[in-house]
Amino acid sequence: MSEGAKELGSYQPLTYFQLMEVSLRELLVEKGIVTDAEIDATVEDIRSRTPERGARVVARAWTDPGFKQRLLENGTRACEELGLDVPALRLVVVENTPEVHNVIVCTLCSCYPRMLLGIPPDWYKSRNYRSRVVREPRAVLAEFGLQVPDGVQVRVHDSTADMRYMVLPMRPAGTEGWDEPRLASILTRDCMIGVAIPQVS
Amino acid sequence: MSRKSYSDPIFAVGERVRVRKTAPPGHIRTPFYIRGHSGTIERLCGSFPVPEELAQMRSGLPAQPLYRVRFRQKEVWPDYRGFDDDVVEIEIFQHWLQPAKERTTP
Repeated sequence: MSEGAKELGSYQPLTYFQLMEVSLRELLVEKGIVTDAEIDATVEDIRSRTPERGARVVARAWTDPGFKQRLLENGTRACEELGLDVPALRLVVVENTPEVHNVIVCTLCSCYPRMLLGIPPDWYKSRNYRSRVVREPRAVLAEFGLQVPDGVQVRVHDSTADMRYMVLPMRPAGTEGWDEPRLASILTRDCMIGVAIPQVS
Repeated sequence: MSRKSYSDPIFAVGERVRVRKTAPPGHIRTPFYIRGHSGTIERLCGSFPVPEELAQMRSGLPAQPLYRVRFRQKEVWPDYRGFDDDVVEIEIFQHWLQPAKERTTP
């Protein structure tokens, strides 16, 4: 069956969790705790958060040294300059350099800079990634296709409390003169988690 | 005596600290693998409500200082196979830290 046919309505029974979600949502609305409009607005807000936001921030940092400095000093405030609200938590931006490669994990659960990168990928939440990237980061990065040379320090950031982290990758050679949208186009989610580096095709 | 209350930061950037090696019951945000290990204060993040208290539906106040602490991987994992300088950085609340300075006895 094509994707389109699925969307248009093959009547699949709801899964257990879908049924739980519908039941809970309807109860909350019925009891007046939240309204349908509030739920729609929240879902819309979650959907609007995608890695393109993080890419915009990095592209700006690559082209504006003053912004980059402010971003490294206070990520939350710098994002506000771009109209990106980072509510109720602190963003720490960590910079990749020729000497240091950064990678992000949350070993305890799945803390993630959702406001800039959206919903985390499943592997980020997997036990495999969470337990291994702190213990053998070079092996895990190699599985992502990233070989970190021996002379480069690997710095793992375990987001255990109130900070959220995003990696500022190095701007690759061959991007001289590019404008911000073009730079943003090579910035994938994985680059900003630190399991990949931007590629110029 | 510059410390006004137990909520004030007592560690400075660059200072050596040791994570308490203890396993109290309840919801803990200090990873098990780092307890008992020594590292260096990378930065003070500010003060935040205490997670162990928040998990019990209490206020978590007064807020406690939260630090980012840098640990050498070779010290955390004796069989670590990466580069000698590799590090892991973790947020740890002050009440989980103690000074790790070598005591100089007179």
